[in-house]
Amino acid sequence: MFKTPTELKYAKTHEWVKEEDGLCVIGLTDFAQDALGDIVFVNLPEVGDEVTSGESFSDVESVKAVSDIYSPVTGTIAEVNEELLDNPALINEDCYNAWLIKVNDVTDSEELLDSEAYQEVCASEA
Amino acid sequence: MAGYVVNTKAEQKEMLESLGLNSLEDLYGVVPSKALLEELNIPEGKSELEVAQEMKKIAEKNVVFKHIFRGAGSYNHYIPSIVKSVTSKEEFLTSYTPYQAEISQGILQSIFEYQTQMCELTGLDVSNASIYDGASATAEAVFMVQERKRSDMLVVDTINPQVLETVKTYCESRNVNLVMVKSKDLSVDVDDLKEKLNDTVAGVVIQSPNYYGVIEDVEAVSCLAHEQGAKVILNTNPISLALLKNAKELACDICVAEGQPLGLPMSFGGPYLGIMTATQELMRKLPGRIVGQTVDANGDRAFVLTLQAREQHIRREKASSNVCSNEALCAMTASVYCAALGPDGLKQVASNCTSNAHYLAKELSKIDGFKLISDKEFFHEFLMSCPIKAEQLVSKLAEKGILAGEVIGEDILWCCTEMNNKAEMDYLVETIKEVL
Amino acid sequence: MKLLFELSKDNRRLNLIPPCDVEQVQLDERHLRKEKLNLPQLSEVDLSRHYTELAKQAHGVNDGFYPLGSCTMKYNPRIDEEVAAHPNFLGLHPTQPIETVQGALEVLYQSKQLLCEITGMDDMSFQPAAGAHGEYAGLLLIRKYHQARNDEERVNIIVPDSAHGTNPASATMAGFKVINVPSNSEGGVDIEELKKVVGKDTAGLMLTNPNTLGLFDPNILEITEIIHEAGGLCYYDGANMNAIMGRVRPGDMGFDCIHLNLHKTFATPHGGGGPGSGPVGCKDFLKDFLPKPTVEKDSNGYHFETPKDSMGQVRSYYGNFDVVVKALTYIKSLGKEGIKEASGNAVLNANYMMNKLKKYYDVAYDQICMHEFVLTLEGLKHETGVSAMDIAKGLLDYGIHPPTMYFPLIVHEALMLEPTETESKETLDEACDVFIELHKMAHENPEHLHTAPHKCLIARPNEVDAARNPILRYVFKND
Repeated sequence: MFKTPTELKYAKTHEWVKEEDGLCVIGLTDFAQDALGDIVFVNLPEVGDEVTSGESFSDVESVKAVSDIYSPVTGTIAEVNEELLDNPALINEDCYNAWLIKVNDVTDSEELLDSEAYQEVCASEA
Repeated sequence: MAGYVVNTKAEQKEMLESLGLNSLEDLYGVVPSKALLEELNIPEGKSELEVAQEMKKIAEKNVVFKHIFRGAGSYNHYIPSIVKSVTSKEEFLTSYTPYQAEISQGILQSIFEYQTQMCELTGLDVSNASIYDGASATAEAVFMVQERKRSDMLVVDTINPQVLETVKTYCESRNVNLVMVKSKDLSVDVDDLKEKLNDTVAGVVIQSPNYYGVIEDVEAVSCLAHEQGAKVILNTNPISLALLKNAKELACDICVAEGQPLGLPMSFGGPYLGIMTATQELMRKLPGRIVGQTVDANGDRAFVLTLQAREQHIRREKASSNVCSNEALCAMTASVYCAALGPDGLKQVASNCTSNAHYLAKELSKIDGFKLISDKEFFHEFLMSCPIKAEQLVSKLAEKGILAGEVIGEDILWCCTEMNNKAEMDYLVETIKEVL
Repeated sequence: MKLLFELSKDNRRLNLIPPCDVEQVQLDERHLRKEKLNLPQLSEVDLSRHYTELAKQAHGVNDGFYPLGSCTMKYNPRIDEEVAAHPNFLGLHPTQPIETVQGALEVLYQSKQLLCEITGMDDMSFQPAAGAHGEYAGLLLIRKYHQARNDEERVNIIVPDSAHGTNPASATMAGFKVINVPSNSEGGVDIEELKKVVGKDTAGLMLTNPNTLGLFDPNILEITEIIHEAGGLCYYDGANMNAIMGRVRPGDMGFDCIHLNLHKTFATPHGGGGPGSGPVGCKDFLKDFLPKPTVEKDSNGYHFETPKDSMGQVRSYYGNFDVVVKALTYIKSLGKEGIKEASGNAVLNANYMMNKLKKYYDVAYDQICMHEFVLTLEGLKHETGVSAMDIAKGLLDYGIHPPTMYFPLIVHEALMLEPTETESKETLDEACDVFIELHKMAHENPEHLHTAPHKCLIARPNEVDAARNPILRYVFKND
């Protein structure tokens, strides 16, 4: 059973979303980090870049795979978690604290799932 | 016929029967009959003796010059015996890319040693495992520095034309806007560079020693480029790095070089070696294979192909380069060459090249009509005027067993290496006087 | 084992270069290197032993069976090496007067003629240095062709999902957009899906046939026709040419341009990852766009020409010339029957092995294969926990180079085997016995396979650590 904290919202593409100080914080879920295996690098976008709901804004590398990360919202990147550049393993160790980006000026969002509904998505894909 | 099929006809029959088939043709039942080839229209196969004789006959139609005073991108250097003996070992020659680290430590360690040596020579932080040649290395370096907001690439026009042609092809395919920077007195025109540098420029490519042998003021170029946030790609001659300032001392971001001078024969243009090193910041943008050090399950040192998620076999259409096979054996050649020469030996080669070239320039200058086109300092090549048609002098010298320098317009680009001693240079000068 | 740098002793050296016999020149101080040059200082015997030791830790075709799928690890005949080492090839400067390099041009010209006949093409350039480089050149041919016809809206290259990773990467490099088309249940191109994606924006299709599953696509004529009707061109990735040479030609299947891997099909050695040679060939209507220069012949002998609308150069000079010498020697040795016998036996060996193994392992597509076949170990993994990787590592303990792992991507737990025609029935039988033994071991002692190899110089390396904390060079203590 994968961890899915109830205070977060989830995208079907395995990103978590949370509101914090008017910003939209995005990270990878426990299911995603488990499926990816040991993450060795995160290609982060730049502050000021636009993200679009449903489109890829970054990718993460494991030893022999690379996977896109999709943005559940449309907006402008206000912050990126640069700590991940030096220590991508944080995503494997503590994925719900290892946020990727914080988005400002959110104009659009895909329909997000709550913890329970997302558990079902995970169960169907496992 | 020297087929290399091992199975006898009887074994083939037995194997076919195990599959319920009668002939090799039966294996191709799925091929539409319309597409099947009736007969391959090439000569019959031959015995090894016949082929050896036939190929020897073809080889003998070539003339190998006794006295070589031409470089211009391909250089005649001494190749130590140990270099040839190491690189002809079948274990190195016949293995594939070292995907299986457990049985490829020999190849992987040799590449790690090569990477280290290239970092030492060029002064930069990281090296890849090589790419095709100096020209394609330069073109790939141009891709490395591309940024969304910077569409232009400046190239100083004192670059080797073979390199320039290649860079042009690569730039066109990726819609990179290539802008030439003019030269003055066979070296970069700094005013023209200043004029063309702005915040849409992603990088500047400069060759030093340049195509005409001149040592460029790369530090000035780096300084100007960095002020505008552009990267600097230095194309250089690896031998020169033993003597001249390296890419780090010249404040460059990427260093590329044609590695052929490091122990590879001229062999009519290939196989050669593309050397590529970069600063730490650009590590993940390097194309091609990279070997890294790690430990195995027992905690012992081991080497593996690493940072593979950059590469085409994983990133597919999102990869920044498609490089797959590179020039591993040529990289090993360069590595053995550097190890055989050592720091003092390589410096001696570089210094002999320079001294010989300056001696020849001085002696040629004494002949009427031979004049240095530029008085800038040069490494081991120099451009000189010619009192008669340059092509004519080249063919007259060819008759005497001398490969003269490369003809550039009305002038000749002469080159000396450690292979040309005083007696040989004096012979060249005497022969020129004779044929003029 | 120590690195070159760890063996180094100050002032140890070889005596290779005589002192300069002209006046030593001092260049201006501002040009001179100040940084210390840390190259190893060794004797010749140090070097000789170091590399002999490294050679013992490498596995070449000469060391044993090498069924690395898609790489065609066939035996590299010695005569090819001997011919290519002739000083009259190695000693040539690339810009020597044309009358002094007639033999070298003859090598390129004859090779072009032979390889054009073998592939059904009309012209060829040897400039590309490797397969991926050849793909890039071939795609630029396609781009130039459409540009010359002012048909610039053709920006899409269609690539099947089973393709080599280089195909989509090359297409992007050449400025195209990649459109993936799925495979059908028989492993071929899904014709209906293909029809859906072609159109006015189709620049071309990139295809290997036989494909990366080792299967010859029976619909090949229909596939190339669909592309042609849409106004696109068909590009043949020659990586798998060893299955069909002398029997079917890309030119007769409807392909307009191709690249070959001389270091696969035509027996030139791989050198631990190059140098290869990836000539690009094309039909007559594309030859004006080929990389420059090409070799032509007239009454005065051989000469270079620049094709009328050449794409330019993709590297310096004429490509990996000395590799072409080896391939020409090989083709001359085999000749018309030898070529055909080689491909036929490559296919026979693959089918023989597949047939023996399929009683134990699941074959991804159970039908007559070409020169290679793909096993899927998904079932085995489910049953025993032993993965494709574990079996591959287990093979190492038996001196067999593992097959290509986890490729093509559309087969789970894939192992792709390509035995080639230069292996004997005994070798195949022995290898099959090892595979069968490993299958048994997977059921009886899976732990032994999880921790394999056990007899190699190193155990499994930590690749995660290597990628997270890259150490890409040796660091000197005095730095």
